[in-house]
Amino acid sequence: MAALESPQPAATATAMRHAFGNVLSVLILVLIGVLAFSIRLFSVIKYESVIHEFDPYFNYRVTQFLSKNGIYEFWNWFDDRTWYPLGRVIGGTVYPGLTLTAGTIWWFLNSLNIPLSVETVCVFTAPVFSAFASWATYLLTQEVKGSGAGLAAAVLLAMVPSYISRSVAGSYDNEAVAIFALIFTFYLYIKTLNTGSLFYATLNALAYFYMVCSWGGYTFIINLIPMHVLLCIVTGRYSPRLYIAYAPLVVLGTLLAALVPVVGFNAVLTSEHFASFLVFIIIHVVALVYYIKGILTPKMFKVAVTLVVSIGMVVCFIVVAILVALVASSPTGGWSGRSLSLLDPTYASKYIPIIASVSEHQPPTWPSYFMDINVLAFLVPAGIIACFSPLSDSSSFVVLYIVMSVYFSGVMVRLMLVLAPAACIMSGIALSQAFDVFTGSIKYQLGRSSNSTDDAEDTNNAPKDDASAGKTDKGEEIVKERSSKKGKKKEREPADKPSVKSKAKKKALVLPLETSIVALLLLIMLGAFYVIHCVWAAAEAYSAPSIVLTSQSRDGLHVFDDFRESYAWLSHNTDVDDKVASWWDYGYQTTAMANRTVIVDNNTWNNTHIATVGTAMSSPEKAAWEIFNSLDVKYVLVVFGGLIGYPSDDINKFLWMVRIGGGVFPHIKEADYLRDGQYRINSEATPTMLNCLMYKLSYYRFVETDGKGYDRVRRTEIGKKHFKLTHFEEVFTSHHWMVRIYKLKPARNRIRGRAKKLKSKTTSAGWSSKSEKKNPWV
Amino acid sequence: MKQSSVVVDLLLLLLTISVLTTPAFSDLVLSKVERRIDVTSQFARVTKSLKVVNPGSESVSEFMLTFPKFLGNNLAYLSVKTKRPLANLSVKKADPKGIPDSISVYSVALPKTLSKGDSLTLEVVATFTNVLQPFPEKITQGEIHLVMLQESAQYLSPYTVESQSLSIKLPNARIESYSKLENTKLQGSELKYGPYKNLPPFSYSPIVVHFESKAAFAVAEKLVREIEVSHWGNVQVTEHYNVVHRGAQLKGEFSRLDFQARPNPRGVSAFRHLLARLPPRAHSIYYRDDIGNISTSEMQSDSKKTELLIEPRFPLFGGWKTFFTIGYGLPLSDFLFASEGKRFVNISFGSPMIDLVTEKIIVQVVLPEGSKDISVTTPFAVKQSQEIKYSHLDIAGRPVVVLEKNNVVPDHNQHIQVYYKFSNINLLSEPLMLISGFFVLFITCIIYTRADFSISKSSPTYLAKLQWDEVVATLQEVQSIIQKCLAAHDKLEASLRDLSRTGDIQTCKAARKSTDSLLKDLSKELKPLLAFLQSSPSASHISPKVEELVVKEKELQEKLMAKHTTVVEGYEKKSSGRDIENRIASQQQKIIALRQEIEDLLEFIDEI
Repeated sequence: MAALESPQPAATATAMRHAFGNVLSVLILVLIGVLAFSIRLFSVIKYESVIHEFDPYFNYRVTQFLSKNGIYEFWNWFDDRTWYPLGRVIGGTVYPGLTLTAGTIWWFLNSLNIPLSVETVCVFTAPVFSAFASWATYLLTQEVKGSGAGLAAAVLLAMVPSYISRSVAGSYDNEAVAIFALIFTFYLYIKTLNTGSLFYATLNALAYFYMVCSWGGYTFIINLIPMHVLLCIVTGRYSPRLYIAYAPLVVLGTLLAALVPVVGFNAVLTSEHFASFLVFIIIHVVALVYYIKGILTPKMFKVAVTLVVSIGMVVCFIVVAILVALVASSPTGGWSGRSLSLLDPTYASKYIPIIASVSEHQPPTWPSYFMDINVLAFLVPAGIIACFSPLSDSSSFVVLYIVMSVYFSGVMVRLMLVLAPAACIMSGIALSQAFDVFTGSIKYQLGRSSNSTDDAEDTNNAPKDDASAGKTDKGEEIVKERSSKKGKKKEREPADKPSVKSKAKKKALVLPLETSIVALLLLIMLGAFYVIHCVWAAAEAYSAPSIVLTSQSRDGLHVFDDFRESYAWLSHNTDVDDKVASWWDYGYQTTAMANRTVIVDNNTWNNTHIATVGTAMSSPEKAAWEIFNSLDVKYVLVVFGGLIGYPSDDINKFLWMVRIGGGVFPHIKEADYLRDGQYRINSEATPTMLNCLMYKLSYYRFVETDGKGYDRVRRTEIGKKHFKLTHFEEVFTSHHWMVRIYKLKPARNRIRGRAKKLKSKTTSAGWSSKSEKKNPWV
Repeated sequence: MKQSSVVVDLLLLLLTISVLTTPAFSDLVLSKVERRIDVTSQFARVTKSLKVVNPGSESVSEFMLTFPKFLGNNLAYLSVKTKRPLANLSVKKADPKGIPDSISVYSVALPKTLSKGDSLTLEVVATFTNVLQPFPEKITQGEIHLVMLQESAQYLSPYTVESQSLSIKLPNARIESYSKLENTKLQGSELKYGPYKNLPPFSYSPIVVHFESKAAFAVAEKLVREIEVSHWGNVQVTEHYNVVHRGAQLKGEFSRLDFQARPNPRGVSAFRHLLARLPPRAHSIYYRDDIGNISTSEMQSDSKKTELLIEPRFPLFGGWKTFFTIGYGLPLSDFLFASEGKRFVNISFGSPMIDLVTEKIIVQVVLPEGSKDISVTTPFAVKQSQEIKYSHLDIAGRPVVVLEKNNVVPDHNQHIQVYYKFSNINLLSEPLMLISGFFVLFITCIIYTRADFSISKSSPTYLAKLQWDEVVATLQEVQSIIQKCLAAHDKLEASLRDLSRTGDIQTCKAARKSTDSLLKDLSKELKPLLAFLQSSPSASHISPKVEELVVKEKELQEKLMAKHTTVVEGYEKKSSGRDIENRIASQQQKIIALRQEIEDLLEFIDEI
């Protein structure tokens, strides 16, 4: 591009250098995109092209619906296959960004007659978008610290394990596109801030809209940007550019966000968004103040300030009072549970067991930081320091970003994902600056040594002369040869300063040749270590689809495909309208893979409903049968890992069922299932535990496998070994016993004498009595 | 219930037969009938050899094959051959008068008319599905699978049969019971009836055999085979199976424990595997279903065949269903041939699965885009239609020949031929389309970056842009001039260094003179450029910088000249090197500072 602007032959050299540099960085960016895409394909190569885990199955199912029925049907979709008998309005409760994106890609490809299945498109959406995300990172970092840092940050982001864990091929989840949207929104914000262009401000609002469509994490943006604006105002960095960057975003962004059905009026009603409105007011006040300051004399201005401040204080006080009253009138203070647990990390475990029961909502451990961002954790401080020299609007933003994301990641392990881009940007800046210093020093030292052979006398007296002379001679050659962006940047940086100072600085940055070379080597080794770790993480740690398990044994690879085995069984051998009850973890998979109606699923919107299932699982057989029968359930599915040692099975999750069930139905008491505070299933287990449905369904006839009933997950013999089921019958157990499906036996014929009694019982056991939070079934 | 209704049917049949008088067919005599029924798999395969003699005076060109209706309804495959000469005879369903409804009749066109005294041996192969009735109809997991076969010990024929025999090949297992008539023998797993002599037309004596069957009662309720022919060298076959176990239904629990119990597993009625015998050189084989790959399959291949042993996700008990897809690629050269200017695909019709009964098969042969004059030959009657399929960047779409048939058994695994015309030029259309697509894309990019798309040539922004372009060009010129100046300075410095080495004052002076004139020329060149920059409004924010740059450069020039003069003078005066250095030291400092500033300014301008 630069070449096009320079027709004059005199400037060809520089122009060529620019053009070459541009081509090179485009090439590098393309390669980064390829890297980001291909490092995420381990899951396809090692396993297969399949949707992973739980939530992606739901998204996949929604995408299938979308591609089959079109967008209007999608908005109006009432899903009667889940939350039976309540159902769920999918169109209004789902973040549609991901599904619309994949649906659009699918539609586009199919209109070109490229016959890719919806599944294939869904599987590869995440890798494609991670390539986009690394390009967005390049743009963002380039705005902050130049293209050298941009390229470094993009490379780092392309393979940061934290992001890989959420975006391997098949991990078709909201985060896959949301991280791209997040970074891109930040880029456009910084771009607007740097240029003051309304065009970019509009794009920014659109990118924000896309982010709102994609992920609930958009509240991070709508709180971080106001914080930055506030920071700029407080530190006296207010400018019209800041106004242009912020005001349109709030107005357009809020209007657009309200268009997304799942957000709707929440965009103006919930506390998560209040910060943005508050700052919106503040920035207008500040803008007004600056304007008035411009047209008044300093004396007049002082008078005006005292007047306005006193009135303003009163108004503010009233507004704040109203706001506080409004917020206080709602039970949770207008904050959603997940957001509250962000602010108060102990909130969820205290009040909402259903949030606390999800492992990704737990605070992370230190090793998980090392696992997920690896050496970046050490580079980040260096990057922060680099951002402070000099501190600009944009670099203050990334500093704020990293600080906030470190806090949030400390609260919830899932938000590590938000930290990863920030860490990459910071580390990219740090690496690029370090390389600048070291290569600069090497260049300088080499130039000096070559000159000193020429001209021995001058070196004593005027080393600086040689430095600059050598630099122009040598430097230009090197730059021409390598067209390195970094070399250029190095010279640009001091250009902003007074020249004397810059010279002093340049001198300070010069390191001895050997030190620089060793440091460079060490940096490269650090990078190599990071690459090795990332590839290992991508290949080994984060590629398992979790619906297929494998284990390496002496006689080769062993595949445990039990989940799909039983979902396939359900799908082909039960009636299409049968209801299947299981713990909510398996709800999405059951609806997507088995196409059967479930009672609860991973969209945990109705706590009472989940508590009902939890209660049934924790109740004795008869009571459980009655609960399930009242819910029209025909099959009960439990996941059992005791035979092969699969640890995340229902018995290990059972205490959460008890807690969640007990939270709504107080007759389920956690203490009844614990012996001296210990959760046991062996002979010391409590009778309540040994008689509950979950225990019975998991261990039914288990003892006959080895004669002892040795549970390989709990590493103990089970407590109650021989028992019969009276109200349930086994209809299917998968090959490794991981999934067991039971059918509710039909109700027994009534015996004449008991008929009356039963009748009175059923009337009292209606749904109405449930609202009183009593146990209607015992 | 079904069982008893069949029995009633049989009785009715007997009644009707006994009262029947059949003058129309009595001309021919079957001198010898040998029947063999193979029930080792899930269907009954009947091979008969009939020796037909025409004792009458009229010559006969048609032969009637009859089956009891309950068999005839389940007839999947029927072929009639003669051994000498070896020929397939055409068979069609007939409905002659005077035959009761309980009998199905097929008429066979004889290869030559049988005149008086002629004889002919017919080899008949008939395959019946659904004739092995599970009895009991529902069994538990532990029970064995018992089925029942009903037939007639005597050959049902409109002709007089002189001598006949029947043998039933049973699977090598338990036999619960069988009808004992005269001349009944059980030898191992083979049950023999007959020989019976001189029976009148429409003789019938029902027999029932009740035995254990270990065969897989795998029935594909629907099978869609898509055969996609690509002239790039591949035939891609994709088969979608909806398989059900049509044996006795499972009653009660399914216990994995019992199923996997080591010493005596219970669940023999279920089948775990299906064996597919694919053509040799099959490659890229996959086996999956709606929800992903199924990892339980094994493949063995040699030069004659490729055997694929697939295991459904779960064992299939009676009444259980499953769905899966297998796909494989075949080398085109094995299946595509040319004849008389046409090409034809020669590929087998039915499923490659062994002993699989298909209730409904849909074969879709997808021909390359641009194929014309499509015709199909099949060895048996099928329902034909044509469709269009769009795939892989198609524009016109690919013609698809759709063949449908119900009740297909392995005997139908014969080759069909699809003839079509195709020109190889069409092969290039898609690559060319892609190439031109990318070409157009790049051309558009080039045009977009090169061309001027502003709507109004007089709009202020456009003018500003033009002006700015000019400013940039000027700036670059200024830069290049300054660079030249700097180069001249370097030359001057170099001459000084030469001086210090050689002490040649004259060359040094000459160098200075030439540099002087060069610098003057350059400053002359600079003037109009500077004037332009000052006048141009869009350069207002840069021109001070540029001016500063020029001033600094001037200053540097002067300083350098001064330094040069000092040094040269020093040499002329033969002062010591140290002396000269001391004198120029201060100048040197300034020069370096100036040079640095100039470079910074240049960088700054460069950024713009």
